[in-house]
Amino acid sequence: MLAVYIVGGIVVILLIFFIATYNGLIGLRNQLRNAWAQIDVQLKRRYDLIPNLIETVKGYVKHERETLEAVTKARNLAQSLSSGDVGARSKAEGELSSALSRLLAVAERYPDLKANQNFLALQEELTSTENKISFSRQYYNDSALNLNNKIQMFPSNVVAAITGFKLGEFFEVKAAEEREAPKVKFT
Amino acid sequence: MLLLLGYFLGLYFLGSAIGGLVIALLVWGIMSLVAYFQGDSLLLAVSRARKIGRDDNPRLYNIVEEMKIASGLEKMPDIYIIDDPALNAFATGRDPNKASVAVTSGLLAKLNRDELQGVIGHEMAHVKNRDVLLMAMCAVMLGTIVILAWYATRVLFFSGMSGGRRSSRSDGGGGGQVIILAVGIVLIILAPILAQIIYFTISRKREYLADASSALYTRYPEGLASALEKIAASPVQLKSANQATAPMYTVNPFRQQGRAASNLTSTHPPIQERIRILRAMSGVSLADYDRAYREARGVKAGITPASALALDKMSGAAALRAPSPEAETAEESPQKVERARETSDMMWRLSNYRTVNCSCGTKLRVSPEFRGTSVQCPHCGRTLSVKV
Repeated sequence: MLAVYIVGGIVVILLIFFIATYNGLIGLRNQLRNAWAQIDVQLKRRYDLIPNLIETVKGYVKHERETLEAVTKARNLAQSLSSGDVGARSKAEGELSSALSRLLAVAERYPDLKANQNFLALQEELTSTENKISFSRQYYNDSALNLNNKIQMFPSNVVAAITGFKLGEFFEVKAAEEREAPKVKFT
Repeated sequence: MLLLLGYFLGLYFLGSAIGGLVIALLVWGIMSLVAYFQGDSLLLAVSRARKIGRDDNPRLYNIVEEMKIASGLEKMPDIYIIDDPALNAFATGRDPNKASVAVTSGLLAKLNRDELQGVIGHEMAHVKNRDVLLMAMCAVMLGTIVILAWYATRVLFFSGMSGGRRSSRSDGGGGGQVIILAVGIVLIILAPILAQIIYFTISRKREYLADASSALYTRYPEGLASALEKIAASPVQLKSANQATAPMYTVNPFRQQGRAASNLTSTHPPIQERIRILRAMSGVSLADYDRAYREARGVKAGITPASALALDKMSGAAALRAPSPEAETAEESPQKVERARETSDMMWRLSNYRTVNCSCGTKLRVSPEFRGTSVQCPHCGRTLSVKV
């Protein structure tokens, strides 16, 4: 009789462990999806800010047409790819980042522009949006790491194998230009 | 500690241990409820803080929002500014979804973006790690113990004077009574002291954890280190802090008043040590912070709770990042600095000074008359050997 109780007890404990681990995995996976959505929110914010920036800068920088056009083109390209494949999208976003930093570097040479309140506010918003994009990527990668650890480490890997959890992908920097920090000269 | 005190007091005074426990828990419960529901608004009203929205101070709002994303909080905390030239900040909020962060106007004026972000990261870490709730509960625990001990002392005093008529109702005869009394007295004296020590130790530990979390969120520990340096150098005292609210601030608001910064009754660890640990980090994970902590103090025991270390497997996976452009443009133009450096380097060499390079980036100049074999880096605290 005692043996039955012991075995029953062990089964109950295993069941509780299984449920708790499964719930933990679900929580982490949802956190990962949420983190991915956050990146989207910040990227969209950037699309919305850019036309404003171009308008403000246009009046002051008469001879920088190519730089301005490069930004507009990059932005439109990135926006058009926004529902597509992650790899292409990542590359387009990276190019937009480079175009933007080139524009901001150019703007450093125009003291009138730098004194304009509108421009300063926009610059702050853009810098902050770039930071937020990096931080949401960072948070996404951290969440992917946590989920993958749980999926691959013992003993939760047993539960993950039984219930079929897939590993999370890391958001990697694919565009070579994005990896290099833009060289900015302050004269 | 609380339960122990309650048990013995109840046993002695009421002839019933359970009664004592119930009363102890009741007092604790009432105080907890009050602290839980009233905590935030009380704290903010006391410090004369005003709430700001996104448009009132976009820079601060953006910095807080960036840290919210990096730390994974669900909702943006309320942001307040305290009109005070002193440099400090604090966070309150019993729940990560209902938190508030407050910053002094002095801090906003003096720090650059990276430093401000480091400080805000530290505060948000307090919110995320539920330190506010933890410290409030510890404070309540401490308060209850003190109240019970005080009450017990008074009753003991009075019943002692009137000749101990309680001996008849006891449950073990005279001998048992005396032992319980003795233990009770020891507890009455010791419990408040021990509880206080425990409270302050917990507070200091959570401060280290918040520093480590801030480095992890920002990926840039130098920001917080540099901010702490500026705060430490500032002589202005924060007007509206008192002993009860001290643990919530980034830096001990009472450090100017001669309180020894590292003794058992301090709520914050000494600033210089915090700066040294942050600068000595080689990566950004909690494990890296733990390693830097152990090196800096020369102790074997780390500071990070084992549960946090178990969750954190990012040692080496997360890299430090470069300072943000705002920090760089704020410096003098690079050529001027370079020329000044070259000139002073030449002067050092002419006077036969030796150069010792520290791995934190500092170059130490050692006088030719120095005969020792090792020096300590003033920035990060590492001991470096000097060639004779």
